[in-house]
Amino acid sequence: MTSHDVIVIGAGSVGLPTAFFLAQEGVRVLVVDELPSPGQGQNKSAIGGVRATHSDPAKIQTCQLSLGVFSEWKDRYGDDIHFRQGGYCFPVYEREHETSLKDLLATQKEHGLKIDWLDAADLIGVLPGVNPDGLRGGTYSPEDGNVSPILAAKAFYDRAVEQGAEFKFEEKVISIKKESGSAKRVKTDRGSYTAEKVVNAAGAGAREVGRMMGVDLPVVPDSHEAGVTEPVEPFFMPMVVDIRGLPGSTNFYFYQEATGHLIFCLTPEPPIPGLNRDSTSDFLPQASRRLIKLFPRLRNIRVRRVWRGLYPMTPDGVPIVGTLRDSDGFYIAVGFCGQGLMLGPGVALNLVSLITTGQPIIPGGIFESFSLYRDYSRPSEALK
Amino acid sequence: MGRITEHPILEVGPKAGIPFHFNGKRMLAKPGEVISSALFANGITIFGHHPRDGSAQGMFCANGQCSQCLVIADGVPVKGCMVPVQGGMKVTACEGTPALPKADTAPAGFEPIRTIETDVLIIGGGPAGITAALELAPHGLEIVIVDDKHRLGGKLVLQTHSFFGTVEDCFAGTRGIDIATNLAREMEKYPNIRVMLNTTAVACYHDRKIGVVNQKEYALVSPRCLLIAAGAREKALAFPGCDLPGVYGAGAFQTLVNRDLVRPSEKLLVIGGGNVGLIAAYHAVQAGIAVVGVVEALPEVGGYKVHQDKIKRLGVPVWTSHTVKCAGGGDGVETVTVVGVDESFTPIAGTEKTFDADTLLVAVGLNPVNELYDQANRFGMEVYSAGDASEIAEASAAIFSGRIAGRRMVRSLGKSAEIPGEWQRRWEVLKSKPGATYPLKTQATGSGLFPVIRCVQEIPCDPCVHICPKDMIKIEGDPVLGLPQVVKDECTGCRLCVAVCPGLAITLVDLRGEGPDGLVVVPFELMDSVVGVGDTVDAVDMDGNFITGAEVIKVAEAKPYDRTLLITLKVAREKAAEVAGLRVQDASISEPSGAETCACLDDEIVICRCERVKAEDIREAIRGGVRDLNQLKTLRCGMGACGGKTCEALILGLYRDEDVDLCDVIGFAKRPLVSEVTLGLLAGERPGGETG
Repeated sequence: MTSHDVIVIGAGSVGLPTAFFLAQEGVRVLVVDELPSPGQGQNKSAIGGVRATHSDPAKIQTCQLSLGVFSEWKDRYGDDIHFRQGGYCFPVYEREHETSLKDLLATQKEHGLKIDWLDAADLIGVLPGVNPDGLRGGTYSPEDGNVSPILAAKAFYDRAVEQGAEFKFEEKVISIKKESGSAKRVKTDRGSYTAEKVVNAAGAGAREVGRMMGVDLPVVPDSHEAGVTEPVEPFFMPMVVDIRGLPGSTNFYFYQEATGHLIFCLTPEPPIPGLNRDSTSDFLPQASRRLIKLFPRLRNIRVRRVWRGLYPMTPDGVPIVGTLRDSDGFYIAVGFCGQGLMLGPGVALNLVSLITTGQPIIPGGIFESFSLYRDYSRPSEALK
Repeated sequence: MGRITEHPILEVGPKAGIPFHFNGKRMLAKPGEVISSALFANGITIFGHHPRDGSAQGMFCANGQCSQCLVIADGVPVKGCMVPVQGGMKVTACEGTPALPKADTAPAGFEPIRTIETDVLIIGGGPAGITAALELAPHGLEIVIVDDKHRLGGKLVLQTHSFFGTVEDCFAGTRGIDIATNLAREMEKYPNIRVMLNTTAVACYHDRKIGVVNQKEYALVSPRCLLIAAGAREKALAFPGCDLPGVYGAGAFQTLVNRDLVRPSEKLLVIGGGNVGLIAAYHAVQAGIAVVGVVEALPEVGGYKVHQDKIKRLGVPVWTSHTVKCAGGGDGVETVTVVGVDESFTPIAGTEKTFDADTLLVAVGLNPVNELYDQANRFGMEVYSAGDASEIAEASAAIFSGRIAGRRMVRSLGKSAEIPGEWQRRWEVLKSKPGATYPLKTQATGSGLFPVIRCVQEIPCDPCVHICPKDMIKIEGDPVLGLPQVVKDECTGCRLCVAVCPGLAITLVDLRGEGPDGLVVVPFELMDSVVGVGDTVDAVDMDGNFITGAEVIKVAEAKPYDRTLLITLKVAREKAAEVAGLRVQDASISEPSGAETCACLDDEIVICRCERVKAEDIREAIRGGVRDLNQLKTLRCGMGACGGKTCEALILGLYRDEDVDLCDVIGFAKRPLVSEVTLGLLAGERPGGETG
């Protein structure tokens, strides 16, 4: 008899909802994390955007599931996780971006996304104060939104504990071994546990845990910096994504929480690989210039704090979720490329379905996009 | 409430003539005055209301550390305590979440963010930072000093009293404010010291650069060597009503009173009997503010006995084994209730006393401002700390620790500098806590003209020994910590010892005359308008007990100690040696007024002031098993402007109350910025729109 049915490695954006949905199914689940409390890895570094606006169908459908979980959470479970359906908006100043975004609309609509191209005047209506000089318009998807990462993590954690999930914090997994029959033994620096099934949801540490499972996962973390301002009276709703490439950064994005704080982040170019999470002196001037160029009135808002979080990247910008070919009972949910928060609940629902029924929720053909064994040289996700 | 129009020690300065508006009402500020002080001077103590619960917000740290004094200046939210009033400025209260100005022009361009390369960056131009710079400068090293205030000197500029310590090492016997001026002047000799005032160090980055910002520019400094001499911040105290405007730090009070010459209160009470609390009470009396008393939870005050004696003589009671139970009031403090405590600091029911007061000064200790030190250290920078940023002690010790740090940096930069072996010991002496107290010894009396020295506690101080032209005063035992004694009977009556003693603990007795009366000369640091020749005053002993009525015979300046008055009293001969000072504050000020008015329960105490998080919510989380303070961010603790600088210690106090071993508790993750900066400055925009 194993100590648990399923051991989830990682109490973050993916591991926490997985634990909750498993526990809700009556599965005896144990979550192990090397950090002291839930969501202390990359979850708390996330800025909070939740969108289904992707180009990869599996990501679109998975995030639609996530949006459902987040948007219904308060009514179902009572916790206010600060979900707000503020939409996503991609303002466009360059012809080439207008073309590429418009090209994606067909696929996106085909999967049921509510998204449209707005001309410049309509876009200014959605983003009052956006710089009108050269604005061509942009896409707007009103059903996307944002959520508080730490409140969501706490909610998943609290409800998982309520449903009987066990958690071990400050325990680092040091080995995973197959035992007799289908049992697996997960050893940590402080204990040893057994289960039939093991889920690798280890975020930036996924590759290391993968090796313990006997597989080399193509997940390489790089880092993005982010910042938060003082609160000011809310004046726009959507997450704004500016996909122009500028020296030092590619796209950059920000939104205003319901409390009025502005949260912003940019994608450094070239990428900064590695596990370092200390803030650099380059980020604030770069991000500030982009923010003011796009929204001149933001020059008067004051930055309160900055941080750096890790993006566990895959070669094609699509996460790796599913089972291992030659090792029954091993599951992976890794390589979220900085989108663990928005993909987390949807991936968790698929995983739990895989674990309990052998089938994902979204159609198997589409789910294949997440397979570890896919062709990584295919066209990559357009809206990373 | 208003401005201080006369002060015994400080220059009152220029008249307020800069017009500005608050909520549409025209007011006047002094040139260069920060908004919060200008508002206090005009009777405004409520700066807005918090968006979360509508609670009144006012002054708290007066030091740019918190965000309680947020106001809207010309449309932009700013910390009132850090931004000077500009002529014609339109200031409004910050009611709820402020709105950004709507219309704005697109940026013309951005200036590059400068990186200033230097040998040494010193953060903090107080006593430690300046003395370090003075050790470094003669070696030809390039030094940058940043200080967030408008003048050098740090907290020295708030100290109207004469300093303790040693004459040789740290200017003992000179007033703090004069030491600041002297040190700043000394620095002007060196062109290789670059001083950046009104400039705050806001971040230490992984790439070993320090972000600094002033009203015009955000820049990076890349030093070979870094000194953190940023001083201390005041500890907060949690009690019902602790978040009312009018409850603030003693240091914040000194800033208002002694830097900005604002009278922020009519009547106040001090909690904390360390030197900061005792001196704050003294400074209040100097500023003409009534002081109900000083409350100290321990059975003895922690500050120097001479400081305590000084205020007791003036008529301010010190209540040991007492604490503050609560502060009551609507939009600000109206009453303060104190209560006696037993040996385990448990309040004793039935001992409550409530006083009318508009202000409660909190002086329960200081914490080093060391977050930049910790980060720089982690990023592998060559970093040092000195003064309070290193270890909380007197400014005299900070002066000396800056010297030591300076020389260490000289050496680390490849130049030779000797650090004398005895320096360490002298520094230990200067920072030593007050030692044993001894009974007052009888003094030499033969000739009928003699000083009486009421210095009975071992503290680091020696000016009286150096000043006596007849070498009559010697220190027994340790040359600095020991007690001074009169060893000869050759007094000429020069009165220099009376004038120089920082503790105002020496009087001069003259019994040479005939008749039943003798004379006694006592030092006095209040306005000369308080006491006039011919007045009858209450003469008191060392501890402030009434001795006799006394006639004022003479009021003289104690040249060269120009701002100490020497008052000659005529008293009965047999009482002359007992008289130590005179009382100025009426006993009725310290009489209880009525019933307590605070309706707030212990669970409703606001712990995180920035985000208005109450004790009960934090307790519930603690009882629910939360041991990582970062989890408390789900309640928004530590997410506010101050980043947990104020509430972290209070939260740890709640853990202790719940019997949690603090070894099991993980502190807040500390990240840049330590103070907020606008996107415009960070982007390289220049205020006024001149961008290239």
